[in-house]
Amino acid sequence: MSPALTTEKDDRASTAAAGSAGAAGSVSIAHVHKAFGRPGAAQPVLEDINLQVRPGEFVCILGASGCGKSTLLNLIADLDKPTSGAIEVPGGRPALMFQEHALFPWLTAGKNIELALRLRGVPRADRRPRAERLLELVRLGGAYGKRVHELSGGMRQRVALARALAQDSSVLLMDEPFAALDAITRDVLHEELTRIWSETGVSVLFVTHNVREAVRLAERVVLLSSRPGRVVRDWSVDIPQPRRIEDAAVADLSVEITEELRGEIRRHGQQ
Amino acid sequence: MASSKTTRGAAVEEADGGKRPTEKSTAKSAGKAGPGQDLAGLEAGLDALDAVQTKRVSAAEVLVQKVLPPIVAVAFVLALWKVLVVAKVTPDYKLPDPGLVWDSLRQLWLQGELLDIIWTSVSRGLFGFLIALAIATPLGLVVARVKFIRAGLGPILSGLQSLPSVAWVPPAVIWLGLNDQMMYTVILLGAVPSIANGLVAGIDQVPPLFLRAGRTLGARGLVSARHILLPAALPGYVAGLKQGWAFSWRSLMAAEIIAKSPDLGLGLGQYLENQRNNSDMAGVLLGILLILVVGIAIELLIFAPIERRVLRSRGLLASAR
Ligand SMILES: Nc1ncnc2c1ncn2[C@@H]1O[C@H](COP(=O)(O)OP(=O)(O)OP(=O)(O)O)[C@@H](O)[C@H]1O
Ligand SMILES: [Mg+2]
Repeated sequence: MSPALTTEKDDRASTAAAGSAGAAGSVSIAHVHKAFGRPGAAQPVLEDINLQVRPGEFVCILGASGCGKSTLLNLIADLDKPTSGAIEVPGGRPALMFQEHALFPWLTAGKNIELALRLRGVPRADRRPRAERLLELVRLGGAYGKRVHELSGGMRQRVALARALAQDSSVLLMDEPFAALDAITRDVLHEELTRIWSETGVSVLFVTHNVREAVRLAERVVLLSSRPGRVVRDWSVDIPQPRRIEDAAVADLSVEITEELRGEIRRHGQQ
Repeated sequence: MASSKTTRGAAVEEADGGKRPTEKSTAKSAGKAGPGQDLAGLEAGLDALDAVQTKRVSAAEVLVQKVLPPIVAVAFVLALWKVLVVAKVTPDYKLPDPGLVWDSLRQLWLQGELLDIIWTSVSRGLFGFLIALAIATPLGLVVARVKFIRAGLGPILSGLQSLPSVAWVPPAVIWLGLNDQMMYTVILLGAVPSIANGLVAGIDQVPPLFLRAGRTLGARGLVSARHILLPAALPGYVAGLKQGWAFSWRSLMAAEIIAKSPDLGLGLGQYLENQRNNSDMAGVLLGILLILVVGIAIELLIFAPIERRVLRSRGLLASAR
């Protein structure tokens, strides 16, 4: 089966399509603007962002450095408020994984996960077995009692993933979670993430500036422009999983997307 | 165009209330075990290569690296002392033989007074320290987190920290008279600012990332203070406690040396002052040594282990050396 690629030039069309496909329970971002600074001298960072993420969908947001990707995730995670526009997240607070692992160093790996369970109101007796199950899900069954500083970078990110999953949110936001890892570990974690995503059925909104990573992981890749950030284009990635980052189909689409991304960046030089 | 839905197995965490999409398309479980095993093996290999090895240090190493150097240093000071005495650099009443100081200690012990004197001071010091702790902790929290209060009290607290607490003895005597309350007041005025400042510094150094991570997990307000802010600030807080103890002890000794009254039990400071009145230089030196040794002992027995535990559990101790 040859991978069929569909691209939609018009982001409005794609949002409308996603909207009509329609699932209640989609993450829905409608006409979101965000500007920082005093009113009057405000710097627009995001402009008229429209985006839908269906339940169980894996979407990668791609954009140059500083284009507002983290800002967008912070808005969705309710760590910051949009200047205007509406954001709807099904089932309350989404889980968020940061670029740095953000594990609490005063707790063990297991207790980090248990804290997430506790803050969600899981009764005490249930916490430990659930934490252990989540650690097994990220293949760290033996790490329950390990301190954060005793774990390698890749293990920390897996514990962080387990902690995010402990929130049992139907939406998982990931802000360049693998950017600081070496290529071999990152590759393994791509595989893990794909597996866990398909096992749990969680919707994933994954931010990256690595085009290949986006194509390797996502069902849909959304390209943001810079200053202000807008949705430029939206690709469906119909390459069947399991994919590999070296696959020819992944490379082909990556080339196409990279071209577009470079075009976006070049535009700024001409102004 | 085939939609690229991949295989969906059973949800691992139970899906509550249909939050989870239930659709499960074409299960393609065949050929899953193979790559899955591969991946698990690969990961186990990576983990083993990356895992940080923590090695324990043997008792002999500890002896050589930590216990021996201070013993050598003390022996050196004693030897130097003895040499100065033998060379008659100053008259005996100014620098008595180390043996005489030892005799004073023995005498104090045989009279059964030694432990009483030490306990009087230590119990005052520790009790005063505990009150200081109870006051300084909420104070530090509020100063660190409430902008207005910080702008008002912050500079005063850091200013007070540099004021020698002996300066508080005269007013405390006038306010409260010669009694234990006066001593505790002096201790508080010395220790509260340094404990509170330690906590403020600890909270200031908490990475905002932890607070944001806590918020995404659902911790806000007091819950966040209890589960995120305070534990994250603990290293700075413990450093403040250690310094707070040093300030408590110093303040107490100042108060004990200056304030004399038969109503007050005999503590180390008073003992020192009494020996001065008796012109007993060996006793004076003994008093100083006892104050020094007790202060260090409390730090080593109580505060150093707490600090080590806090730092080690976070991997902040360079190594277990
Ligand atoms: N709190 C803030 N106040 C003012 N400006 C901000 C704030 N947060 C972000 N910005 C600005 O918004 C822009 C987008 O930042 P953001 O961190 O979202 O970018 P990003 O796409 O995540 O970049 P990177 O790829 O480097 O992580 C940047 O120009 C940044 O300077
Ligand atoms: Mg970012």
